[in-house]
Amino acid sequence: MKHTLRNVFHSPRFLVGFIIFMSILLTVLIYPWFVHRDPLQGLGKGFLEPGTYVSVYDTNNAGTYRVELPEANENRLESTIPVKDRQTMLDFLKAKGVDVSALDTSNEKFHELIEVWKENYDEADAKKNKYEGFATQAKRNELRRLNNRLSEDTSAAMSVTKGEGDSATTTAVAGSDYVKVDEVANSINLPLGTDNFGRDTLTELVKATGISLLVGLIAGSIATVLGLLVGLLAGYVGGLLDDILMFIANIFTVIPGFVLLILIYSALGAESRGIVTCAVIIGITSWVWTARSVRSQVISLRNRDHVNLSKLSGHSLFRIVTTDILPYIASYVVMAFILQVSSGILAEAQLSMLGLGPNPNELPTLGLMMNWAKLFGAYTSSNAWWAYFPVILMIALISFSLNLMNTGLDQVFNPTLRD
Amino acid sequence: MAKKMLEVHELTTKYITRQGEDVYSVDHVSLDIEEGKSLGIAGESGCGKSTLALSLMGYYFPPLHYTSGEIIIDGKNISGMDPDVVRKTVLGSEVAYIPQAAMNALNPTRKVGKFIEDVIEAHELPMDKKQIREMAEQRFAKLGLPVEALDKYSVELSGGMRQRVVIAISTILSPKVLIADEPSSALDVTSQKMVIKMMKDMLANGMVKSMIFITHELPLLYNVTDDIMVMYAGQIVERGTAHEMVFDPIHPYSRGLMRSILVPEEGTRDVKLTAIPGTPPNLKHPPAGCRFADRCRYATPACKVQQPPLFDIGGGRTYRCSFSVDQLKEVYAHEDE
Amino acid sequence: MKTNEKNKAVIEDTRESVSFGTRDKDFSKEPLCLSGRGVTRVFQTGKVTTVAVDHVDFDFHKGELISIVGESGSGKTTLSKMLLGLLEPTDGEIMFQGKPRDISTGAKKREYWKGIQAIFQDPFSSYNVFHKIDSVLLDCIDMRGGRNLPKEKKIEMMTEACSFVNLKFAELTNKYPFELSGGQMQRLMIARIFLLKPNILLADEPTSMIDACSRATILDMLLKLRDETGMTVIFITHDIGLAYYISDSVYIMEHGKFVESGKPDKVMLEPEAAYTKRLISDVPKIHEPWDLSTVDLLNYQS
Repeated sequence: MKHTLRNVFHSPRFLVGFIIFMSILLTVLIYPWFVHRDPLQGLGKGFLEPGTYVSVYDTNNAGTYRVELPEANENRLESTIPVKDRQTMLDFLKAKGVDVSALDTSNEKFHELIEVWKENYDEADAKKNKYEGFATQAKRNELRRLNNRLSEDTSAAMSVTKGEGDSATTTAVAGSDYVKVDEVANSINLPLGTDNFGRDTLTELVKATGISLLVGLIAGSIATVLGLLVGLLAGYVGGLLDDILMFIANIFTVIPGFVLLILIYSALGAESRGIVTCAVIIGITSWVWTARSVRSQVISLRNRDHVNLSKLSGHSLFRIVTTDILPYIASYVVMAFILQVSSGILAEAQLSMLGLGPNPNELPTLGLMMNWAKLFGAYTSSNAWWAYFPVILMIALISFSLNLMNTGLDQVFNPTLRD
Repeated sequence: MAKKMLEVHELTTKYITRQGEDVYSVDHVSLDIEEGKSLGIAGESGCGKSTLALSLMGYYFPPLHYTSGEIIIDGKNISGMDPDVVRKTVLGSEVAYIPQAAMNALNPTRKVGKFIEDVIEAHELPMDKKQIREMAEQRFAKLGLPVEALDKYSVELSGGMRQRVVIAISTILSPKVLIADEPSSALDVTSQKMVIKMMKDMLANGMVKSMIFITHELPLLYNVTDDIMVMYAGQIVERGTAHEMVFDPIHPYSRGLMRSILVPEEGTRDVKLTAIPGTPPNLKHPPAGCRFADRCRYATPACKVQQPPLFDIGGGRTYRCSFSVDQLKEVYAHEDE
Repeated sequence: MKTNEKNKAVIEDTRESVSFGTRDKDFSKEPLCLSGRGVTRVFQTGKVTTVAVDHVDFDFHKGELISIVGESGSGKTTLSKMLLGLLEPTDGEIMFQGKPRDISTGAKKREYWKGIQAIFQDPFSSYNVFHKIDSVLLDCIDMRGGRNLPKEKKIEMMTEACSFVNLKFAELTNKYPFELSGGQMQRLMIARIFLLKPNILLADEPTSMIDACSRATILDMLLKLRDETGMTVIFITHDIGLAYYISDSVYIMEHGKFVESGKPDKVMLEPEAAYTKRLISDVPKIHEPWDLSTVDLLNYQS
C-alpha cells in the first residue's frame, strides 16, 4: 500500500495533475477567508473591465500630495485624445502628403505623432490649401480645436467646490496634486472585472468552482458507487441477476445519457433544481460505463485460483467480494472515479450552458456563469472576455488536471504502459 | 576437422536495472559448434539461458548490454558491430532466433507468404515476387509443410503448424546458426514432435548449418542435440555429449538436473527422484566462491571462497568444480549404493 | 473452555499419522471415496455447444493417488472443477463417500469443502496478494474449528505445518506470499493442506510452473502427506512421465472422455487405446529411442 502510494507520487503526470487540482481546491477553500463579498451581490451596472476602481467623491476628500511626474503631461494627452482624434490627425497628415507609414494611433507612437503634427500643422496653410477631406470650414475648425487641445497646458484650470451656500469653499486642483490610493475611503480592485449583473467575476468564479467541484464529486461518487455495486453483483453472481442488470445497463446505454439528462432536467423545472438534485441526476445517468467495466474485470477475476481457493475455504460471498475481488479492482475504481468527477463537472457545465442548470438565484456554478455570459452578450456585443474566458480556462484546468492524474495512475497500475 | 560455424570467446553481457545496477547474466561464456551439429543448453529458469540466446545474436537493446568477448559466425566477427548493421547483415541471413512465443508473432491480417516476401525485401535480395513464391514453395515442400499454408492467415493454422511456419519463415535464408529458445514448450507433445522433426531435418539438409536449442526439458534435449551444455548463474558449469551428460554427469548441479528427469519408461518408477534445494543466486550480488556452493551437498568451506575454473578434460568435455572427476565419481558411486 | 477442549480433540484426532500403504498396494479393496457415473458438462455460448466432459465414469478409492492425464483442451480442468463442486455437472452423478453428493446449499457446500481441497497450477495467482501468509494459514485453522484456540497454540500449529514443507514459519510470518519463490509458494499451499487435512486433495498441475529440479520436493511432500493422512490425491497433469512416476492409477483423457485407465505400469508400458499409444510414443524418452518417423508433418490440424 505504502509502496503503491510512493509509486503513484513518483509518476510525473500524476504529480502535475495533483498539484494543479490541489491548487484549485486550496484557492476555493482559502479565498473566502480574504474576500468576504457575497459572490452574487451586484456591485455595479453591466460589465466593468478588470482594474482598480476609485471613488471620485472620496478622492476629493483625501489629502493631496505634490508629485512632479515628468511624463505627466504626455500621459494626460494620451488619456484625453481618443483614438478617433488620433486617426483624424493621421488622415490630415496623409492628405497633406506627409509620410505617415511609421505612425499609428497607439500610445507607443502617440508622442511621435504629436511631433510630426506640430511640424506640419499650420492653420493658415490648412485654410489655403483645402486638403482632400478637409475642404469644409467645419472640418478645418475641428482641426483647429484639436490642435488647441494638443498645445494647451493640460494641467490648468480645475477646481473643486465643497459645501453649500456661504460655507462653500472652492479649491483649485493643480496638475501635480496627487492622492494616496490607501487614503481614499472607497476603492475596489476587480482583477477580473464584473459580469453583466455587476458581480465581481473573480469572487463569483471561485465560488462557482467550489460548487462545480462539489457537483462533480457528488455525481462521481454516486456514479461510481452505483456502477461498482451493479458491476460486482452482475459479474460475480452472474446468471439471471447478470442478465437483468445488464439489460438495465443496456437501456441506459442506448438512450443517450445527455438526452435523458435534458429530459429529466426540464421536467423538474428551474425552481426545484438545487445543486444536489443536479448532481444526483448526473450521477444516476452516468454509472453505466463504470458498471460495465467493473463487471468485465470481476468476471476475469472470478475464475482466478485465489477466488476458487477462497470459495473452497468456505468464505461467504460478501467476504469473497470484499477481500478477494474489491482490492484487485480498487486501483481501477479510483481511476474510474476520477474520470466520473471530471465528466460530472463537464455535464453540469453543458446543461447550464443550455439553461438547464441549477436554480440561478441560489449559487453560481461554472456552467451558469457561461450561460449568463452568453445571455448578456459577453461573447458578442460587449466583448467582455473577462466574463467567460477565465471560466473556460477553469473548466479546462480542472478536467486537464483530473485526466492527467488518471493517466498517471494508469501508468503506475499498468506497467506495460510505462516507458 | 569440421568447420566451426559459431565460435564464442569469453562473451560477457549484462542487464542494467532500473536502479542502475549491473547484472551479469552471461559471464565469460565460451562455446563453439561445428557445421551440422547442434548444442543444447539446459539449466533452471534464471540461469541465463535465454539471455545467452539473445546475446549470441549480437543485436543488443536495453536493458541488455554487450560488455566484452567475441562472437564469430563462420569466420566473421560480429561482436561490437553497429546494431543497425547487425540487423541488416546478420539477423536472418547468418543467425535466426526463435523465441518461445514465436507462433504468436505473426500479424493476423497478413497471409503467411507475405512474411516471406518481407524477409527477402528486408535483406534487399534481387528477387521478384514470382521467384520468392517459387523459393517459398520449394522450401515448404522440402520441410513437409503444406504449400497451401502460404495462402492462409496465421489464425487459420493450429498452434503447432504456426510454430513450424514461423521457423520456416525465419530460416528461409538458410542461416549459419539457428537459435531456438524453448520453441516447443507451449505445444502439446504431438505438435512438439513435429516441430522437433522439422528442425532436425533442417539441420540434416543443411538449411541451417548449426543449431542451438534451449529448453528446461532434459529428455527433449537429449533427443534433439548432439551436445548439451549446462548453465548455472550465468556461467557454463559443464559441457559434453548428450549421452555423457544424461548418463554420466560430472558436476553436482548437472547430476541434480539429470536426477529430476521423469519419463514414462520401465524402471523409472523405482528410481528415487531427488531435488536440488534452494534457488539460484541473485546475480546482482553473485557469491564470491563457486556459485553453486550454497546448494551443493558436497561443498566444502573452500568452495565458498574460491571460484573454480572451467576444466577441460578432453573430448569436448568441460566442467567447473573444485573436485577432480575421480573424486566426484567416487562420491556418486558411494551414494548410489 | 469446554468448546476449546472439544476443538482440540477434533484437531488432534485428525493429526494421528496413519501410514497408508506403499506404492503397489491394491486400492480396489479400500472404500470408495469419490466416484462418478456419466458425469457430463456441456458449455453453451450462443448457438455453439461444447461438450467439455462427456459421460465419464470413475472410482477413486481412499488413500489412492490418481492421475488424470490429458492434453490442453481435453476437459481435465472442467472435470476437476466439477469434482471440487465449483461447477455443476449438466448430467450424471457424483458420489462422495458412497452417497450421492449434495451441495445444493451454501452450508452443504462448506461441509463438502471440509472434505475436498485443491492445489492449483499457478502459485502466483493462487494467493490473494493483499493477504499475509499468516492469514492464509489462520484461515485453515479456523476452518477446522480452531477459531477459539489460544494464540500460542495456533502459532504452534502453523509452525508445524510450515516445517512439514521445510519452511520456517518464523521467517514467513508477516510476509506476503509474493515475496516467496514459486516453489516456496507451492510448498506453502501444501502446508495449507496439511492444516486442513481433507479426505481428498485435488492437485491441478501443481508442478507445471516449477523448475524440474524443485519438482521432486513438491512431489515428495505430496506423497508424504498422503502416507501420513491417508488422503486421496487426484493429480491432474499433462506430463505422462510425472503421472507414471507418482500415481497408483491413471486415467487418460481425450476430448472429454476417458480412453483408458488402470495401473500406471499397464497403461504406460502396454497401452491399448490408440490415443494413449500415440501420446506415449510422442513423449521424448531417454532409454528407448524416440521415433521421429511416425510424425505426419502434413497434418496441420494438430
